[in-house]
Amino acid sequence: MGQPIIEIKGLTKTFGSGEDSVTALRDIDLQINEGDIFGIIGLSGAGKSTLVRCMNLLERPSAGQVIFDGREITSIKEKELRSVRKSIGMIFQRFNLLMQRTAAENVTFPLELEGAPKKKARERALELLKIVGLEDRADAYPAQLSGGQMQRVAIARAVASNPKVLLCDEATSALDPNTTRAILDLLKDINKTMGVTVVIITHEMKVIEQICNRVAVIDQSRIVEQGEVSQVFTHPKAAITRQLIMPHGTEPEMLKVQELRGNEVIRIVFNGGSAYEPLIASLAIDCGVKVNILGADTRNIDGKAYGSMLIGLPSDPKEAARALEYIKSQDGVTVEEVDD
Amino acid sequence: MLDFLGENIQSVLPILPQQTWETLYSTVISTFFAYVIGIPVGVLLATGTSGGILKLPKVVSRCLDIIVNLLRSVPFLLLMMVTLPISGLLFGTKIGTIASIPPLVIAAFPFVARLIESSLREVDRGVIEAAQAMGCSPFQIITKVMLPESVPSIISGAAIALTTIMGYGAMAGIIGAGGLGNVGITYGYYRYKYSIMYLIIIMLVILVQIFQTIGTWLSVRSDKRISYNKKRSKRK
Ligand SMILES: Nc1ncnc2c1ncn2[C@@H]1O[C@H](COP(=O)(O)OP(=O)(O)OP(=O)(O)O)[C@@H](O)[C@H]1O
Ligand SMILES: [Mg+2]
Repeated sequence: MGQPIIEIKGLTKTFGSGEDSVTALRDIDLQINEGDIFGIIGLSGAGKSTLVRCMNLLERPSAGQVIFDGREITSIKEKELRSVRKSIGMIFQRFNLLMQRTAAENVTFPLELEGAPKKKARERALELLKIVGLEDRADAYPAQLSGGQMQRVAIARAVASNPKVLLCDEATSALDPNTTRAILDLLKDINKTMGVTVVIITHEMKVIEQICNRVAVIDQSRIVEQGEVSQVFTHPKAAITRQLIMPHGTEPEMLKVQELRGNEVIRIVFNGGSAYEPLIASLAIDCGVKVNILGADTRNIDGKAYGSMLIGLPSDPKEAARALEYIKSQDGVTVEEVDD
Repeated sequence: MLDFLGENIQSVLPILPQQTWETLYSTVISTFFAYVIGIPVGVLLATGTSGGILKLPKVVSRCLDIIVNLLRSVPFLLLMMVTLPISGLLFGTKIGTIASIPPLVIAAFPFVARLIESSLREVDRGVIEAAQAMGCSPFQIITKVMLPESVPSIISGAAIALTTIMGYGAMAGIIGAGGLGNVGITYGYYRYKYSIMYLIIIMLVILVQIFQTIGTWLSVRSDKRISYNKKRSKRK
């Protein structure tokens, strides 16, 4: 534990050449230690997939080094690379199972590559399917399984060859929240019991929050921040990190909307400055204005609020203006008007 | 008893079983050899282009592509005449059902190669990528991923190939190949006995229907993707 398993040094990846070239990664330095559950988070197009695909050289870096388990792998021969890849499992957003093979046959696939005898491979596959909770669906074809079940099969397949690292590229993005939670728990379990280092690519802070111990934030081809998850969450430095912690666009569910039609609605965004309960309470005490909370999507990290809240202002314009002024004067809070 | 069929048709009835058999076996044998050559060529076409999993020199994949296109653009009858000498070399004869097989194979394998190519190209890129990530060699990806994953598509392609090759075989009747096509031409067309021609056409249509139906059925049956749930519920 604690030894670096994947190190990336000065990695740059440019697609195409000349005017049409796209630089997906710029001068990336990254270290992932054995036993980590390492999250890589960023917006769409930031370069996350490219970065994770450089870790097993599905994508060839244009410059820089990838060191796996102490060995520089960008310069080794194809054949050696193939054997290195057997110790790096990978799962995908779209599962990528072999559709003409049963669940168990999918799991035996990597074992067949190693030349394992049929019977032994099948036994091992059933064992693995049991670990992922699918022993009763061993002989079902992927088309007969749900998304969550397919991802379980993919996980069983990815760990069948006892890899040291499991790369997950948006592994839960196609799944509903409950299934996502279950799959993440499974990954955490595998990390604990099998000692597999897990690298998770995602655009959802929730995923990082739930299982990662370390995180790197990638924005426009660069790593802008990395460190312990608790550290990054409580003291986000980059603007993009704050934006990710407090996702825009996910409108908290409106409550009692009908009653308040006509009143002005504002969105308060908390960037970790003050907690939201005291704010609403002090609003009532200091200004004598009562507001309606229509909905909130906030989380409390180390006693500080991140997220957003929808507030219905009083119908009296004077009171409304006073409340707005007060909220605007608070630290770590921004206010937006919401028009419906 | 069979008077209603007319004199002309009655006159060819006795030879029909033998001729049908010749059509069938020349079709099946030609198709078989067309696949023996067509599968590897199709695999190279599908995987050897830039971005494919085989790193073929550009010249090689380009040449292969051109040769296949050339053979596909020569009208079948001309190709047949040009390639008949091969039959002479192989079997010592340029007429008869056996002699028609080499030209049929040469005419059909480029077509088969294209069918195989398009079946293989349908295989999901993501699945191939997953296999690469597991450390598959290019050869393993072809034999353990691409071909098995495209079996349903290859089978339905085979039904198309079989019926097309049967059509070629019937045309080969003009230059002396045996089989139903030859009966239609020599007994019907040349002797102005059009009823015989129509009979042959109907028989060929029926054969095509049979092949196509069996092919489609096998293809659907082999496919573990969409149709599986339906099949299961039907069986229950
Ligand atoms: N094969 C390719 N050829 C050219 N450009 C590419 C290729 N793959 C990725 N890119 C470009 O590189 C950039 C980063 O892409 P990447 O797929 O790594 O983003 P991402 O962070 O995974 O996004 P998403 O969350 O949408 O999956 C994008 O601008 C993309 O257009
Ligand atoms: Mg991506």
